[in-house]
Amino acid sequence: MKCIFLTYTITNDRLALHSQGEWRLHTVRQVAQELEHLPRASDITWDFSGLEGFDSAGVLLFIDTLKRLEEGATVHIVGYTPQQEAMYQLLHQTDTTSPIEPPREGVVMRMGVEGVALYQLWRDFFTFLGHLVMAWVQTLRHPRNFRFKEIVYHIHRSGLNALLITGLSAFLVGLVIAYQSGVQLEKFGADLFIVDTVGISITRELAPMITAIVIAGRSGSAYTAEIGAMKITEEIAAMRTMGFDPYYFLVIPRIVALMVALPLLIFFADMMGIVGGMVASKLQLGISMGQFVDRLSEVLEVKHYLLGMIKGPVFAFLIAMIGCFRGLQVAHNTESIGLHTTASVVNGIFLVIAFDALFSVLYTELGL
Amino acid sequence: MIRVEGVVTRFGSRVIHDGVSLHIKRGEIYGILGESGSGKSVLMKEMIMLLAPTAGRIAILGTPLETIGVTEAQALRRKWGVLFQFGALFSSLTIAQNIEVQLKEYTNLTRKMRQALVHSKLTMVGLDASVGLLYPSQLSGGMVKRAALARALAMEPELLFLDEPTSGLDPIGARNFDALIVELRALLGVTVVVITHDLDSVFTIVDRMSVLADKRVVAEGSIDEILTSTHPFVEEFFKNEYTQKYREEHHHV
Ligand SMILES: Nc1ncnc2c1ncn2[C@@H]1O[C@H](COP(=O)(O)OP(=O)(O)OP(=O)(O)O)[C@@H](O)[C@H]1O
Ligand SMILES: [Mg+2]
Repeated sequence: MKCIFLTYTITNDRLALHSQGEWRLHTVRQVAQELEHLPRASDITWDFSGLEGFDSAGVLLFIDTLKRLEEGATVHIVGYTPQQEAMYQLLHQTDTTSPIEPPREGVVMRMGVEGVALYQLWRDFFTFLGHLVMAWVQTLRHPRNFRFKEIVYHIHRSGLNALLITGLSAFLVGLVIAYQSGVQLEKFGADLFIVDTVGISITRELAPMITAIVIAGRSGSAYTAEIGAMKITEEIAAMRTMGFDPYYFLVIPRIVALMVALPLLIFFADMMGIVGGMVASKLQLGISMGQFVDRLSEVLEVKHYLLGMIKGPVFAFLIAMIGCFRGLQVAHNTESIGLHTTASVVNGIFLVIAFDALFSVLYTELGL
Repeated sequence: MIRVEGVVTRFGSRVIHDGVSLHIKRGEIYGILGESGSGKSVLMKEMIMLLAPTAGRIAILGTPLETIGVTEAQALRRKWGVLFQFGALFSSLTIAQNIEVQLKEYTNLTRKMRQALVHSKLTMVGLDASVGLLYPSQLSGGMVKRAALARALAMEPELLFLDEPTSGLDPIGARNFDALIVELRALLGVTVVVITHDLDSVFTIVDRMSVLADKRVVAEGSIDEILTSTHPFVEEFFKNEYTQKYREEHHHV
């Protein structure tokens, strides 16, 4: 028979096998195929003197085949080198059968695992809230130790550096709202009501929401990634051993900073949104800036502005809290940072929208 | 096997190497010594094409790295295994998957064959089969080194680069690791390039070595040849009881 890695001759139930060529990682698959089609015999002599090269893959294949052949025949091995012998000695007791992948779980098992994970997540969340309250109490009891420097640093990073993007987003939203409602109002000849629409919807609803969503994407994710990376490099463990409570040093400053920064950003977004509306009104309906501002001061009560503003600290608390919680949840691998950062943004944005709805209901019930 | 000639490395204005040359032969265990920050890891990174030297020539297995093409480079990469100073195991994969990943990507082996190979690698480095199911974060420092060595061996390399394999191990663990390297060389016939500070390893397993100091190689050769050097760093490095004992045993005094 013509083979590359093997030749054999068979006479009266006696098989003489000759290995040849290179039995290596890149060839063993083919060698294995050739070995499968051996004729049956009760006495086998296997000669390795023709082998040109081998590695552990080759030796493992040999061990495997030998076991199979020995079931129905006596096998004599000849012509091997001391190196092959040594490798055989090392590897032949290796347990090669136990699986290297964790067993696949069934559906029920997976549901159970997911269920437990969900339960743990909520338990961890309440533990987190508990720690947070403790850290707050500590902060209020020793206001002198308050981490002002860190807070200012975080305000700079999550507030000041976000001005451009929040401003631009609010401006565009103002522009779009004005264009869209302008088309409708023009039909009724109620052009000037554009000012009411833009002024109230921007200050009361849109500016807080847009700003919060931008910040959830920007700062919430950053908080998670930062704290998560610190967790992986065991920096947080190191802090704990030095008696630095991560809630006090990492979580509280971030939450406070965002609660200060977000209302300021909302104020800026209010203005930019109104400017956007103003530009659209001018272009589409020909309302001059003067007219717009006059009308605005008539119809935009301070209450709308304040009702929008009150949402700021609440949204900020939600975003920063989720960001930090998710960061502390990161486990010891890099994939986990990605998962939790995504979760942080998704949870943050969802909470912002849910609480915005809650505020709407509340304001309506209170007749505001 | 490996030829490094006149390598110059600069990071910005900081000169790390200024004309490093050395020569590694097939089948030997070659040590690279030098104090912290002398550029040992950087030199290794240049040999394995993670960094390009500012000037100078490096040839690995007869292939010059300056002019190497993409496919050649890819082929060359499969001929060596690398153990990084800090393990660098993939944290989101289990140990077994870490070892298996290249086999899966680069060979046509069946799942059963890959499984057998993963187990054989774990045996070779002295880890229990059950360790394969753990994640890197669940291992001790010494186990991480062993697992990383198993991963470096996965593709049956001709050439093995080890960056401080014994640092951070207890003395017994370190000696076992040394024995392991010698045994692997005997079994697989690999050439080993090892960066080390460990005097035990220097005296027991290394065949030839070079000492990096003053931005260049100040001494190269077997331990006996190195001990004749009068360079201040070499004298400082080898000024201890260990060397004393070695010299007495070998009648060098
Ligand atoms: N990417 C880089 N950019 C700039 N400088 C670098 C870079 N990598 C290394 N260096 C510098 O090169 C020098 C040599 O670093 P290298 O890691 O090679 O040291 P080493 O000899 O391996 O030391 P050790 O024994 O501590 O591992 C150091 O001074 C380091 O600061
Ligand atoms: Mg180093």
